[in-house]
Amino acid sequence: MTAAVCGLFVALVPLACAGMALINAGLGRSRNAAHAMTAAMCVLGIAGLVYFVLGFGIQSHASLSPPLTMVGGKPWSWIGGGPFFFRGLQFDGSAIPLAAWLQLSTVGLAALIPLGSGGGRWRLGSICASSVLFSAVTYPLFAHWVWGGGWLAQLGVNYGLGRGFVDAGGSSVIQCTGGFSALAVTWMLGPRRGKFGSDGMPAAIPGHNVLVVLFGCMLAVVGWVCLNEAGGILYGGATVALVPLIAMNTLLTAGSALLAAAGVTRFRFGKPDASLSANGCIAGLAAGSASCLFVKPAEAVIIGLVAGVLVIYSIELFELRLGVDDPGGSVSVHAVAGLWGILAMGLFGQSPGQLVAQIVGIATLIGFVFPLTYGMNFVLNRVSPFRTDSEGEWQGLDLHELGAGAYPEFVSQGEEFTPR
Amino acid sequence: MRLAGFLLLPAGWALVIAALILLAVPASRTAFVLAGLGVELLGLVLLVLSYIPPRRDRP
Repeated sequence: MTAAVCGLFVALVPLACAGMALINAGLGRSRNAAHAMTAAMCVLGIAGLVYFVLGFGIQSHASLSPPLTMVGGKPWSWIGGGPFFFRGLQFDGSAIPLAAWLQLSTVGLAALIPLGSGGGRWRLGSICASSVLFSAVTYPLFAHWVWGGGWLAQLGVNYGLGRGFVDAGGSSVIQCTGGFSALAVTWMLGPRRGKFGSDGMPAAIPGHNVLVVLFGCMLAVVGWVCLNEAGGILYGGATVALVPLIAMNTLLTAGSALLAAAGVTRFRFGKPDASLSANGCIAGLAAGSASCLFVKPAEAVIIGLVAGVLVIYSIELFELRLGVDDPGGSVSVHAVAGLWGILAMGLFGQSPGQLVAQIVGIATLIGFVFPLTYGMNFVLNRVSPFRTDSEGEWQGLDLHELGAGAYPEFVSQGEEFTPR
Repeated sequence: MRLAGFLLLPAGWALVIAALILLAVPASRTAFVLAGLGVELLGLVLLVLSYIPPRRDRP
């Protein structure tokens, strides 16, 4: 029964990927829309294939007895040591093939996140190469530590820190790894041409289709509920009886974060901002994933409200103060909100030592995962520059890299084609 | 500044790992974990500052 229910949830997780791809495309310029969707499809394909070849071997599964190293008299697992190419996977109704199936979607979801920050100037070839490294190294290594019986998951057993590092739906494994990659990528790329004036003030470059953004947001909510359900069952030990709690918590965090973001933008700018509200909704989902199984619905609302407010100020901080051009708000929506979600699990987890375990996880993301993904993207950028040339950026990546635009019968935002 | 920030990130993480392995008393372990996180945040601030472009150089 549980396997069948879990299988249904896993089958619907790609809706979250579709939603994320639509949000990224809608928040970009119309002349880059087809490129954004094509890149998303390529990333999903590459991430799944690379995870099949290498990723599952590195991540493995807790029940496959990953190799242990004795550190200070305690068993630590640093790497999964599972089979490559899914060899020896038994389709016997156990959790292992379901987990492998779920990961094929979630690694793609995580790899999609940097696309939002590199929109409008990141070459397709470099996107694919960066996705290979992310899916082969960054994601599976950290996923093993959290979901594969690795040392973070064992902090409770080894050091009495609550349940160990807990992340049922992927606030850290999916959102933060993707969000930190997004930060590294946007630093490598630099801002889009015309984004910042000579006085340092950013120009508003609104998304070309808010309807696409909001529809993507709705798709993402459905996919995210299923993601949290599947993660809760496979990695949190949830039973079918807890399915309604996970769904309620996920919907409450998303809804409260959306309303908080809409309220803050209404208060600050006079009218609620549609795309920032969508960003708030996704931030709520990112923040609520870690604790979806372990908190009460009222606590889920608090997590969502904080995430919705946090993401608006974070987007403003990165753009206005730090000079980071992140068209999709990926760093704020996924990394910042994800970090808040991890911390919230410690605050509301009601287990002694849980907060310390969550802080150790945050420290690992900032002190290990971010330098790792930054270093790999830095080397890759030196070998094959990420950024398209100025002509490609002016012309639009649709025409420059794909040879055809997303909207061939329309010329929207025609003033953008005026040479600067 | 960028290199210093970059190096402080894994240095802080090493402090966190060392605290887990070497310290048995929960209070001191927690203090050193927080200290490690503080070192990482310092590194992150340096890294962020190094990436803020001078106003006149922004494209």
